[in-house]
Amino acid sequence: MFIIKCPWCGERDQTEFTCHGEAHITRPEKPKDESEKSWGEYLFYRKNPKGDHLERWVHNHGCKKWFNVKRNTISDIIEATYKPFEKLRNGKSNGKDVEKP
Amino acid sequence: MTKYSIFSIIKNAFNYHNDWQRAWGNPEPKKNYDIIIIGGGGHGLATAYYLASECGITNVAVLEKSWLGGGNTGRNTTIVRSNYLWDESAAIYEHAMKLWEGLSQDLNYNVMFSQRGLLHLAHNIHDMQEIGRRGNAIHLNGIDSKFLTPAEVKKMVPLMNINCRYPVMGALFQPRGGTARHDAVAWGYARAASMLGVDIIQNCEVTGFDIKNGVIKGVNSTRGYIGANKVGVVTAGHSSVMAEMAGFKLPVESFPLQAMVSEPLKPCIDTVIMSGTVHVYLSQSDKGELVVGAGGDNYISYSQRGSYDMMEQIQGPLVELFPFTSRLRMMRQWGGITDVTVDRSPIITKTPIENMYFNCGWGTGGFKATPGSGNVFAHSLANGEMHKMAQPFSMNRFNTGALIDEGAAAAVAH
Repeated sequence: MFIIKCPWCGERDQTEFTCHGEAHITRPEKPKDESEKSWGEYLFYRKNPKGDHLERWVHNHGCKKWFNVKRNTISDIIEATYKPFEKLRNGKSNGKDVEKP
Repeated sequence: MTKYSIFSIIKNAFNYHNDWQRAWGNPEPKKNYDIIIIGGGGHGLATAYYLASECGITNVAVLEKSWLGGGNTGRNTTIVRSNYLWDESAAIYEHAMKLWEGLSQDLNYNVMFSQRGLLHLAHNIHDMQEIGRRGNAIHLNGIDSKFLTPAEVKKMVPLMNINCRYPVMGALFQPRGGTARHDAVAWGYARAASMLGVDIIQNCEVTGFDIKNGVIKGVNSTRGYIGANKVGVVTAGHSSVMAEMAGFKLPVESFPLQAMVSEPLKPCIDTVIMSGTVHVYLSQSDKGELVVGAGGDNYISYSQRGSYDMMEQIQGPLVELFPFTSRLRMMRQWGGITDVTVDRSPIITKTPIENMYFNCGWGTGGFKATPGSGNVFAHSLANGEMHKMAQPFSMNRFNTGALIDEGAAAAVAH
């Protein structure tokens, strides 16, 4: 079982969270202009790496906020957690990297 | 290798069983093969067997990175059924079911296929509507099943607490469903394929592909370079890793799915029971253990472990449905890495690389399809054109939108 550090609430038990797959997927600006191939890739194709993975989690039974997690899919060790509009630099998040949505 | 029969048992009994030959060969890899199958699980070995037995291609190798059936083939809950909703799925799973029925004879190996029947419970109005729709749909596809009332369920499984927190309102019963010995399926296919001349090569991990001008020429492995005219990849949870090596992506994510067995009991449950709503499924093995399955974790992982909170979520419904299990001890627990697609249907497909084929995406329910999957994949590999039953399961469907949504018929929606 994981202990997950919610960027807003601090360390909590995994049962308070759910995972929602790969992070940093941007919806195409103009879906109508997308080809079948690119639209299919946006909807269904995922990285699924054996190793480090950036993914989205939600603190359902806590602050209910979304955030991102860097986790190793072989060892399940969580290397970092960071807020949705932050970037990960050298495996650590810092508030200075905030990008405006 | 000689055929197994009652006479071979008697003959070997006289020699104190000292002269049994090994069950399948252990050859060194050749330089070149017509077809290489990557992955020595049930589906891969079945593919090799049908290539040799039905398509007449015996210059085939199965490359397995560890031991045969050590992945999901040896990690599932051994359930076999074919009650899937859509025509495409019904066709391939029923094809598998018909092959299961003669499999022990075909392979000359007892896979302990037991058609003990399979109950899919309904606990609310939506469940009743779902089994109603699916039961009628599969009836039209010629797959027999029956609707049972709670009283009939109780009569069939007296130990079940049908008035539990979510009372049992009915069930869909597939009498031909059941279980098979999962290890024996891998061993039986391996032995039968090996007897027909297929090379089964264990401890041989594929580390890269030799692709020239978009055509596959061979594979690099921990036992050297092996050339091939065609390559079939049947690596379940590791399919994305293989695809990445070949330079493309798959619409697949790998989730851990866990299961467990209890200490052995006297015979008490003579059918397979599945419940999607309270989320548990179980059967009793011939050794007496209750085989209980289980929940998938919702994060991708290759760790072959399930999470601890999921164990509790499995035990709760089990005890609620079968109060007698409240003091039962669980003996072993394990996880397998399931390659899940968004529509819960498999991918049997050509790829952007010529002469390279993938058979993956069976997700949380591939064991039941082993013979059918191997059979249609073998014919596809042999002919170079996808088998009619495999065509709807092309990876193109994720671009065209022709998904085959088996979210509900995956029964316990992981």
